Amino acid sequence: MAISKSKEYTTVTEVSGPLMVVDNVSGVAYGEVVEIKTPSGERRRGQVLEAQTNKAIVQVFEGTHDLDTDTTAVRFTGETMKIPVSVEMLGRVFNGTGTPIDGGPPIIPEKVLDIHGAPINPCAREFPRDFIETGISTIDGMNTLVRGQKLPIFSGAGLPHNELAAQIARQAKVRGKKEEFAVVFVAMGITHEEASFFIRDFERTGALEKAVLFLNLADDPAIERIITPRLGLTTAEYLAFEKDMHILVILTNLTNYCEALREIAAAREEVPGRRGYPGYMYTDLASIYERAGRIKEKKGSITQMPMLTMPDDDITHPIPDLTGYITEGQIVLSREFSRKGIYPPVDVLPCLSRLMQGGIGEGRTREDHADVNDQLYSAYAEGRKLRDLVAVVGEEALTELDRTYLAFSDRFEGEFMNQAIDEDRSIERTLEIAWNLLSMLPESELKRIDPECIKKYHPKYTKV
Amino acid sequence: MTQEGIISRVAGPVISAKNMRGTRMYELVRVGTERLIGEIIGLDEDTATIQVYEETGGVTPGEKVIPTGIPLSVELGPGLLGNIYDGIQRPLDLIKVQMGDFIKRGVEVPALERDKKWDFTPVAKKGETMGPGDILGVVQETKTIEHRILVPPDVAGKVVDISSKGKYTIEQTIAKIKTAEGVKEIQMLQKWPVRIGRPYAKKLDPSVPLITGQRVIDTFFPVAKGGTAAIPGPFGSGKTVVQQLLAKWADADIIVYIGCGERGNEMADVLREFPALEDPKTGEPLMNRTILIANTSNMPVAARDASVYTGMTLAEYYRDMGYDVALMADSTSRWAEAMREISGRLEEMPGEEGYPAYLASRLADFYERSGRAILHGKGEKVGSISVIGAVSPPGGDFSEPVTQNTLRITKVFWALDADLANKRHFPAINWLQSYSLYVDHVKDWWHKEVGAKWGEMRNEAMRLLQKESELQEIVQLVGPDTLPASDQAALDGAKSIREGFLMQNAFHKVDTYCPKEKQYRMLEILLKFNELMYKAIQKGASIGKIREMPVKDKLARMSTVPDAEYQKQFEEIEKEMAAQFREMEG
Repeated sequence: MAISKSKEYTTVTEVSGPLMVVDNVSGVAYGEVVEIKTPSGERRRGQVLEAQTNKAIVQVFEGTHDLDTDTTAVRFTGETMKIPVSVEMLGRVFNGTGTPIDGGPPIIPEKVLDIHGAPINPCAREFPRDFIETGISTIDGMNTLVRGQKLPIFSGAGLPHNELAAQIARQAKVRGKKEEFAVVFVAMGITHEEASFFIRDFERTGALEKAVLFLNLADDPAIERIITPRLGLTTAEYLAFEKDMHILVILTNLTNYCEALREIAAAREEVPGRRGYPGYMYTDLASIYERAGRIKEKKGSITQMPMLTMPDDDITHPIPDLTGYITEGQIVLSREFSRKGIYPPVDVLPCLSRLMQGGIGEGRTREDHADVNDQLYSAYAEGRKLRDLVAVVGEEALTELDRTYLAFSDRFEGEFMNQAIDEDRSIERTLEIAWNLLSMLPESELKRIDPECIKKYHPKYTKV
Repeated sequence: MTQEGIISRVAGPVISAKNMRGTRMYELVRVGTERLIGEIIGLDEDTATIQVYEETGGVTPGEKVIPTGIPLSVELGPGLLGNIYDGIQRPLDLIKVQMGDFIKRGVEVPALERDKKWDFTPVAKKGETMGPGDILGVVQETKTIEHRILVPPDVAGKVVDISSKGKYTIEQTIAKIKTAEGVKEIQMLQKWPVRIGRPYAKKLDPSVPLITGQRVIDTFFPVAKGGTAAIPGPFGSGKTVVQQLLAKWADADIIVYIGCGERGNEMADVLREFPALEDPKTGEPLMNRTILIANTSNMPVAARDASVYTGMTLAEYYRDMGYDVALMADSTSRWAEAMREISGRLEEMPGEEGYPAYLASRLADFYERSGRAILHGKGEKVGSISVIGAVSPPGGDFSEPVTQNTLRITKVFWALDADLANKRHFPAINWLQSYSLYVDHVKDWWHKEVGAKWGEMRNEAMRLLQKESELQEIVQLVGPDTLPASDQAALDGAKSIREGFLMQNAFHKVDTYCPKEKQYRMLEILLKFNELMYKAIQKGASIGKIREMPVKDKLARMSTVPDAEYQKQFEEIEKEMAAQFREMEG
């Protein structure tokens, strides 16, 4: 079998979409990497999607244009897809297949790792509980992010998700600790403009030195997008679990990734699932998202912040839907608030952080945090409900208390949700604003807050 | 048949192999040079289609497939409790010891420890005639669970030898039974194929509720021991939190928790919490009555399909000993998706939304393995398996095939509602959409064990909530102030039940578990308040005044009164309530 590995085949019989069929082969393994030489001598890479006794179906990463069924040469390498990794990758920029594009020297690998990784044994996982302060009230106060979590941003076309992601990357910190922190930034099909926005922002704040960038841009081959996030995550795993660093992985934009997945599925003539996306999209997305986490007795961690644009702002679209079923919550941006000029336009009602309960409270943030959060949610939901009602019956029909709730939700949006793009609010400041707003309501309405916390933090009692 | 097959095609988790004549459906095979575990799921002439329970990257056509002659089976015996297994019953903690923090493939670890010695006490006597399900002896598996070693389902005859009291490993023979086919040696370690339900004598109608300590479940939509419940909901509506609460507090003897295609961090949470939490019934750590099956979403997809069967077979094994078992599967949609993925790779004709046509029958087969049953063996042993399956409908749309096919089978429907979750009303079980067909079955039990007004109170509360939803429609049009006082009182009454009773804080140390007597008293007091409120209004009292009553605050906080004090405090609340109404009217 060793002989076949160095053998070049020129037996391509079919090229269709991103796929290529090679006949009369032997000993081809499922998933192995393929090197392709185009008729013009250009080299490309691909991966075996299906191996048969004498036939292989190959997906070509850099696109199938120019390939022919005559002189195109194919060599099976016998290896799965791998990436060389090293701490020297910090501060560097790579393309979507892992080649440096910043003009710097090639990476001298400390290790070469399979990009598909392996699932973390649930027994080895440490439950994430370290509060990450992002300085953004709607996240810290109401949808707390913790180390090892995967918390996506559900956005829509034209909403400031890039600004928000950059702000989080800039401000995120675990308080009271000085630890190695780095960002792995993975771009899938975003525009040059968006990519340079991030690079500029990283440069401006000095974050670039502590960042690894993988860029598959909008004009790069779509199929390449399948491997780009895996390159980023493999690098992140190396830095986190072998070099003890805390890694924030920003993945943008998952919608483009899923489109590429659908393209391959369609080319393979697979039975489509919802809206033409393949039935295994859940499993495939899980193989990306589940690579976030912490491991017992290891210092480092991987926190993921994937971004996706919901087609037509539809949260039930398969891409946000399947993502929400895998990730530990979601931050949802809303067009309505963006139009009102609120930044960040986070609509807190459909937002959620599943790991919040373990990351807040006494000794982590503050003892009253959980109760205050509950109360904010219920009070704001009440205000929103009343706002709908007012639209029909007018404000006159409301009771005094109802009007207070309305005023509360207006101020909540203006003072709590709204903040400047460079404003880094501490959790104490966030809770202080929250208490100021809650003090508008009669004390008997604060049913979700422990009476002792009311005594301790309510402005009525703290202000002498 | 030990001839070897040759791999002819590899595509993801499905492979084809030639030269497989003589093998059977669902037979276990070892695939390729790494001896990966696979199962035959299709035969055509001499070609077998095999689903592989591990990653198939690097597997090459031409490699061998070795049939084993046995179907996919689980190991049964003492030592199961407190363990965490993957979908094909490999212990994850031992895999970690062998392989490190990441799960690599090709690992072979037995499910049960072979060297550990257990204290065996014989029950059977030499010369006794025994049949399937009879108890040969017992082993104290944990402090509270006595593991009964039973005569296997296919063995009957005279006991010719039984070991004396002492320490034995699970592989040592502890009894010999002379059957029609010769003398059979029985060990504590037994095996059973996962896709075949273990036999029982007769199914019974469920009549005892599974008490979960969750008010909306126990009082409004109860599930019976041996019953089935489905809990569908969009993401973020709290399926997993409810499932975990049930795993924590349900008054079953044994819990089997299947994390099927879900999050790794959630399993880590269970592993962190369960050893530290106490079983409210026995005071023992919860982990000691729990078996976890973890096949997270990024673990091989074929093993997801196996994981639900593995869990069910373990549940049946403990049921056969006469225990009440509760099985949670989170989430059955991931299992259905695994079926769809495998079916797609087999290029089968798809049914609705790409799911295979046999989706409905597979789901029905699975849920039908639940139930309360009289078991084989001497003495009327009764055991039960209650099944609670989470469903994750895409986009929260309950009309999709998995939800619909599940609802046709299960008797309880807890509809989780994204709107409620957004308002942080947890558990976000919608009281108008949900139903339980066990209400009439368990009524007598409640009336006998807790209080005679249970059924009546439940209906009254449901009526009130129904009325609220009707009134809400009017309020949406004209505002609340235009309603007559009695309707405003109904709205207030429903609100107090919603916020004071239905809502329950899973993260509050007292509120997370509400004893059944406390549930009964809470509802009694809330309804009593409503009654007094109606009477007062008929006598002309103003609704505004009633809203300002000091006791209302205490009513709203009843759920957090510690279990040890509630009886006294509730009596005081009742007295205050009566006094304040008297004062207002006087």
